[in-house]
Amino acid sequence: MTSTSQIIAPGLNKQGLSRNQNKQKLTKGDVAVGTASHILLIVWTLIVAVPLLWVFMSSFKTTKQILDSPFGLPSKLDFTNYVNAWNGSGIGSYFANTLIVVVSALIIVMILGAMCAYVLARFKFFGARAIYYLMLAGLTFPPFLAIVPLFKVLQTIGLLNSLPGLILTYVAFALPFTVFFLYSFFQTLPDEIYEAAQVDGASEWRTFFQVMLPMATPGMAAVAIFNFLGLWNQFLLPVALNSNQSNYVLTQGMAQFASQAGYSVDFGALYAAVVITVIPVLIIYVFFQRQLQGSVSQGTSK
Amino acid sequence: MAVFLILPLAIFLLFVIWPFVQAIYYSLTDWGGFSPTMNFIGFDNFVKLANDDTFMQAVFNCILLGIFVPLITIVVALIIASVVTVAGPSKGTIRGVKGSGFYRTVSFFPYCIPAIVIGLIWSQVYDPSAGLLNGFLTSIGLHKFTNFAWLGEVATAMPASMFVIIWGFIGFYTVLFVAAIKSIPAEIYEAVRLDGATRFRTAWSITLPSIRDNIQTAYIYLGIAALDSFVYMSALFPNAGGPANTTLVISQDLFNTAFRKGQFGYATAMGVVLAAITLLFAAIVFGIVRLTKGREEGRS
Repeated sequence: MTSTSQIIAPGLNKQGLSRNQNKQKLTKGDVAVGTASHILLIVWTLIVAVPLLWVFMSSFKTTKQILDSPFGLPSKLDFTNYVNAWNGSGIGSYFANTLIVVVSALIIVMILGAMCAYVLARFKFFGARAIYYLMLAGLTFPPFLAIVPLFKVLQTIGLLNSLPGLILTYVAFALPFTVFFLYSFFQTLPDEIYEAAQVDGASEWRTFFQVMLPMATPGMAAVAIFNFLGLWNQFLLPVALNSNQSNYVLTQGMAQFASQAGYSVDFGALYAAVVITVIPVLIIYVFFQRQLQGSVSQGTSK
Repeated sequence: MAVFLILPLAIFLLFVIWPFVQAIYYSLTDWGGFSPTMNFIGFDNFVKLANDDTFMQAVFNCILLGIFVPLITIVVALIIASVVTVAGPSKGTIRGVKGSGFYRTVSFFPYCIPAIVIGLIWSQVYDPSAGLLNGFLTSIGLHKFTNFAWLGEVATAMPASMFVIIWGFIGFYTVLFVAAIKSIPAEIYEAVRLDGATRFRTAWSITLPSIRDNIQTAYIYLGIAALDSFVYMSALFPNAGGPANTTLVISQDLFNTAFRKGQFGYATAMGVVLAAITLLFAAIVFGIVRLTKGREEGRS
C-alpha cells in the first residue's frame, strides 16, 4: 500500500514522513470518502473494461450463439471467426495495407519532421517564424475544410485511391504535430555540441544525422508513438481519398462492417476483426504506457 | 541544408495549406466536383445553407455536442483525477486512494483504440436484441428494455452517442489532469488541511483554480473533437443522421454532399461554416476563462 502511494504521488511525498506515520488511524470521513471513491472508480473501470472483454469473448462465439444470448460463454476456444475475418472479410489484406501505409508514413514523417524542426530551432533566418506559425495553423484547422480540395489535388497528380497518395497525405497531416513537438526538443539541446561537431569538420548532414539526431532520441520516440497511434487510427483521410477496395486500410474495413451491421453480417467475424485491429495498439500501449502517460504529463507541466 | 527545410515544407504546403486556401475559393463557387466548369457565385452557397433545414439541424446537433461532451468529460475526468491523487486518508502524506495506478491504466486505454472501433463496439453493445446493455438491463429485471433501440429512438440516440464519445475521451483527460494536479505543491494541500478545509472546499478553492489553464486547453481540444464527431457518428449511424436526423453532424452532411452527391462547392461552404463555428467556440472558451480569472483577481 505504501509502495503504491509512492508511485502515485512522488511529487507530493517530499515532506519526509516515515512510512509508519502513514498508518495512523483512519477517521470516519476517510473511510466514507475512501469507500465512495472506490465505488466510483470500480464502476468506471467496469464501464471501460466490460465492453472490451465482452467483445473479446464474443469473438470466439458463432453468430448463432451471439444472437441467442449476449452473455453465453463460447462453447470452445474456436478461431474460426478469426480465419473468416482474416480471409473472407479481407481483414488480412487491410491489415497489410495499413502496415505498409502507417510504417512508411511514420518513417518519412519522423525524418522530414526532425529535419524541419532542427532547421527551425537551430538556425535564425528570415521567415523561420512564419513557417512555425504556418505549422501551428495546420495543427489547429479542421481537416474537414481541406478534404474536398485535397481530393482534387490528389486527383490532379494521379495519386487518388493509391497507397503512395495516402502515405503522402498521412505524412503531410502528421507533420505539424511532429515539427511542433520536436522543435521545442531541439531547442533544449546545447549549442556547444553543435559547435564542437563543426570544429571537428563534420558537414551539416553529418552533424544532423550522427550528432544531433541521436541526442533527440527520447523526444523522437515519444512523438513516434503518438504518430503511430494517430495514423493507425486515421479514418477521414482514407475514407475520402482511398475508395479503391483493394487498397482499404483497417479502419475502412471496420466502417464496412458498421455499414453492413443489421443486415446479414457475420457477427463472429466482426468481433474477431475488432480484436485484430485493437491488438497492435494494445501491444504498443502495454510496452509504451509509461512514455505515453509521461508525455501527456510533460505537455501540461510547462 | 536548405533541402532539410524545402522537402517537408513542400509536402506540407501542397497537401495541407494549399487545400485550405483553395477551400475558401471553392466555397464561393457552384463547382460540381466532376464537371470541369466552375462559376463564381459569391455567397450564394452560404445563403442556401442558412435555408437548408437538414444542415441547420446538423449545426444544432454539433452545438449540443460542443456543449455537453467537453463539459461532462471534464467533470468526470476531474473527479477521477482528484480521487486518484488527493482523496486518500486525511492523515499522513497527501495521496490518492489505493490501487490508483491500476484504475488509471484501465481508463486510459480507450484513448488508444481507433474511434471507428469504439463506435463499432458500442453499436454492438447498444444492439436491441443481442446487445450487452439490454442483456444486462433485462437480466436485472428491467423488462421494458427488451429490444429497446437505444440508437433508434429520437429521445436516446443523441445521449447514447454522447456517452460513447465521452467514454473514448475520459481516460486521456484523466491522465492530463492527474499530471496537472500533481504539479500543485503538496505544501498548499497540507496548509489548507491544517486550516480545517473540507475536501470539497479544497477541490473547489485550491485544485480547480490551480489547473484552470489545463481545463481551458482540454475544453478547446474536446470541443474541436466533439464538433467534428465524424468517426463516431459514422460507426454508430452508417446511413448518416440517426432517427429524424437527431444525430446528423456537419462533417457527415459535408461528406455526403461532397462524395455522394458530388456538390463540391456547396460541401466546401459547409467546411467553412464548421471552421467558423470551431474558431467561435475557441474564442468563447477563452473569453469565459478570462472572465472568471478577472473576477477572482479582483476579489483577492
